[in-house]
Amino acid sequence: MTIFPERLKALHARGSEQVALYLQFSGREDLTLTYDQLLCGASSYARDLERNGIQPGEVIVLILQHGEDLVYSFWGSILHGAIPSIMPFLTEKLSPERYRADLSALISVTKPSAIITYPEFEAEVRAALQEGDSVRSVIVTDRVASQANIEFSSLKGFQRKPEDIVLLQHSSGTTGLQKGVALSHQAVFNQLNSYGRSLSVTDNDVIVTWLPLYHDMGLIAGFLMPILSGVPLVLMSPFDWVRAPYKLLQAISKYRGTLTWLPNFAYNFCALKIRDRHIEGVDLSPLRAVINCSEPVRWESHMAFYERFKDYGLRFDALQTSYAMAENVFGVTQSQLGGVPVVEEIDREAFMVERIAKSPFDGHPSMKMMSSGQPLENVKVKVIDESGSEVPERVIGELALQSDCMLTGYFNRPDLTEKAFRDGWYLTGDYGYISNGEVFVSGRKKDMIIVGGRNIYPQDLESLTYEVPGVHAGRSVAFGMFDETQGTEDVVIIAEVNSENADEQQKIADAIRLHVTKNSAIALRYVKVVGPKWILKTSSGKTARSANREKFIRELQGDKVG
Amino acid sequence: MADTILSNIEKYIAVQILKQPTRRISADEPLISSGLIDSFSLMDLALFVEDTFGVRIEDTELNANTFDNLTQLASLIESRKS
Repeated sequence: MTIFPERLKALHARGSEQVALYLQFSGREDLTLTYDQLLCGASSYARDLERNGIQPGEVIVLILQHGEDLVYSFWGSILHGAIPSIMPFLTEKLSPERYRADLSALISVTKPSAIITYPEFEAEVRAALQEGDSVRSVIVTDRVASQANIEFSSLKGFQRKPEDIVLLQHSSGTTGLQKGVALSHQAVFNQLNSYGRSLSVTDNDVIVTWLPLYHDMGLIAGFLMPILSGVPLVLMSPFDWVRAPYKLLQAISKYRGTLTWLPNFAYNFCALKIRDRHIEGVDLSPLRAVINCSEPVRWESHMAFYERFKDYGLRFDALQTSYAMAENVFGVTQSQLGGVPVVEEIDREAFMVERIAKSPFDGHPSMKMMSSGQPLENVKVKVIDESGSEVPERVIGELALQSDCMLTGYFNRPDLTEKAFRDGWYLTGDYGYISNGEVFVSGRKKDMIIVGGRNIYPQDLESLTYEVPGVHAGRSVAFGMFDETQGTEDVVIIAEVNSENADEQQKIADAIRLHVTKNSAIALRYVKVVGPKWILKTSSGKTARSANREKFIRELQGDKVG
Repeated sequence: MADTILSNIEKYIAVQILKQPTRRISADEPLISSGLIDSFSLMDLALFVEDTFGVRIEDTELNANTFDNLTQLASLIESRKS
């Protein structure tokens, strides 16, 4: 049993000059941080939290972009015994008003006592504060006095217990901000131990990632695991990666990276968008594993990635899969390194209608399913039906899990925590099946849309659509539609209006696109404005998202034929 | 010449990015700051420009400060062609 500060101290003692991480920037030299520099920087923030009267066990919200301030303030909060929670930074796409509303919502549920941000952003943060709320200090990065050395004995974080909450993870979107996943020191270590063993992580590994730290894949696999395991980390900004995806491959080559994690869309994105001239001389042979996680995993995406980069030393058996969620800290399953994930062909109709994964009948349409691997040694996975009973192998149902690395709870939301479990099993909300111990994930129980690894609630997008003049409440439907080329879902919004005039409808469609994007930072692929009675409703008057998706796809195909 | 470039890009954005072939985009309509084109599609647009007009747009330039509407993008292309 241990706690984060003790582990950091032990790593520091092992060799304070050992590199903890390399931070990469656009148009600036890489910044190397040793454990000594990392802990000095973190101590500065711990000292500042102390000076501001912040108590251990209180929540600190970090509103910072990629860079040393984010790294130092995160670990500084932990050294002080406070609970850090990283909030995504305002982007050019999102309207400041919406961002402020999201921040206020986060504050009202999570009740942080401090927020750490940049001087340029202080006014924006203060604008979201309200009289009598929980925030006592807004700590500004340039006013934090730097410490030249570390006094472990004076840091309050060493008094924390393994079962205490160490951090909060929020998923994205308005609805997501209501649910802060609270994790204990012990849960995180239990995860890192079992996940690390499943990957045979050693000191010789180097983890390279561009993933955002407000997401579990980035925070756990691409930040906590390397730093708490003494494995060097190469970290770049997600915003730099999206404009220059080749930088990931260059970094892997430069630092001899052995492990990286990508959501499914990134395989297609890299395969399609990277130009030869950007990866001349790049060597991907050090890669032991490129792990596909956080979106439904697609064999076709692996093949596209492999074909594109095999001439650069990428090994086929480096392409791996995992199934993970913040509520289990991170990994639930992992495919076995050294082999390739199990891929099987199943009958499409039996899958859709009977909800069973069967071998395809002769001549029937089939679909390829790729396994996400086997459960980690400390995780049990079962598949249940609506009544909660376990179903036989190959029958599709909801995945439920038990482990010693589950969340402590949704922070300040015992109601949601209670609803998430059934008879001691955590209900994932994902559908799938098990075969020969391999877990195959086939989709979401709810209508959640997953775009580029982000979970989006369609009802959030529909509510935003109702705010557009001309659209009435209850007359819009949002859903995701899989895009083969992109390897992820496209977001579709359909809205009914009274006008049948095409120009008028086009104007409303533009207004929806603008309003929804500005308020959700989600880019919409299809916005369709239609006349009355287009949207299909269930007999109880609810919008049937899947029926509307099918209708939309039929019309789209009709357009192409006609 | 600039008009051809402009209509070429307009068509690409309408058909490939917005999936609305009949959609018209006016020359001064904000593309990036408005959220009409997201970061993933922006990359597609840059590759289209590179392939179609033989000019490069560097990754550091893929933001609203470099161009935010068709006129600005067309003149950027023009200036690099010469």
